[in-house]
Amino acid sequence: MVMQEKQVKVGLAAGLQARPAAEFVQLANRFSSHLYLEKEGKRVNAKSIMGLMSLAVASNEEIIILGDGTDEQEAIQELTAFVTE
Amino acid sequence: MSTVRTKDLLEHFNLELVAGKDGIHREITTSDISRPGIEMTGYFKYYPKERLQLIGKTEMAYYMELSDADKRDRAANLCTDITPGIVISRGMDIPEALIEAANESGVPILHSPRKTTRVISRLTNYLETKFAPFTAIHGVLVDIYGVGVLITGQSGVGKSETALELVKRGHRLVADDSVEIRQEDYDSLVGNSPPLIEHLLEIRGLGIINVMTLFGAGSVRSHKRISLIINLEIWDKKKQYDRLGLDEDKMRIMEVDIPKATIPVRPGRNLAVIIEVAAMNFRLKRMGVNAAEEFSERLTTMINNEKDETE
Repeated sequence: MVMQEKQVKVGLAAGLQARPAAEFVQLANRFSSHLYLEKEGKRVNAKSIMGLMSLAVASNEEIIILGDGTDEQEAIQELTAFVTE
Repeated sequence: MSTVRTKDLLEHFNLELVAGKDGIHREITTSDISRPGIEMTGYFKYYPKERLQLIGKTEMAYYMELSDADKRDRAANLCTDITPGIVISRGMDIPEALIEAANESGVPILHSPRKTTRVISRLTNYLETKFAPFTAIHGVLVDIYGVGVLITGQSGVGKSETALELVKRGHRLVADDSVEIRQEDYDSLVGNSPPLIEHLLEIRGLGIINVMTLFGAGSVRSHKRISLIINLEIWDKKKQYDRLGLDEDKMRIMEVDIPKATIPVRPGRNLAVIIEVAAMNFRLKRMGVNAAEEFSERLTTMINNEKDETE
């Protein structure tokens, strides 16, 4: 199966700081698909908080959310909504 | 992959900038180093101008024998607009013509007091590390009895908990959750932690803990060569797991094949002990002791003996 991906500009004013990152990971863990987040060519598992925080995603940065699995569309949609709000 | 500029060399090595300081931001695009020997004779057809140039005793001695006009000509040809730098080894005096050409075109000239072969090997090592293929993998890297073990598996399978138990048993944590991996040479992978989360471990229910402050400096390592991969997965009744250990499974990361074992996870299974033993067994195999193979041979001999007796 082909992995779905979507490029997103981070709208969170403070970027993905520790608390928003934890919420993001919790949201990602609700889905069964394999989910990834990519920044500047570095890809991490969107369900793991340490990997996500190691990217230090700031506000207005371009990231890519990738998903592979049965609920990939829904997952990408919700995660996109989370980071752009 | 990171970009390397000439000024990085100045920061990392005992080099002195003599001329061409306008060019210290030039990018070095290859780890190859050129020694412009044949170019000194005036043959520039295949001059690898994008490489770092290194002038040693032989090249310099030949250059010094040239006429003033030839000196100027060679210097101008050596200093192209993309040459990232010219290193002069052995602390040799630098000819005026070369300094002039370097200043004019902005090619940095770096002076080293060391011998040419030393300079080449140090620079090549540094550049090869910088240009090494690079990737990041979701997993935990632990040094167990000196064996770099990469623990992989789905989120929530218990990688970090297992790492914590291993650290408690005296082993060393390299990276949790996200491991940056560099390929060195054609057969070696070296893993390290992303700088931001170094020494940290995330345990569900506890949150982020700092392994170094909790367990001491001996419980962490900055980087480690990866020798073994342990893949944890939730026990699947229908799947066949290795019962003998006669065949070695492999996993390919970039261009390197690493031995891999899949260990099924079930509540009550002590994963840390199993992984510890896997690492020890791996060392033993590399030393030439293979328990599974030895047993298999014994069994075969026994069966053959029985057969002979019944015949």
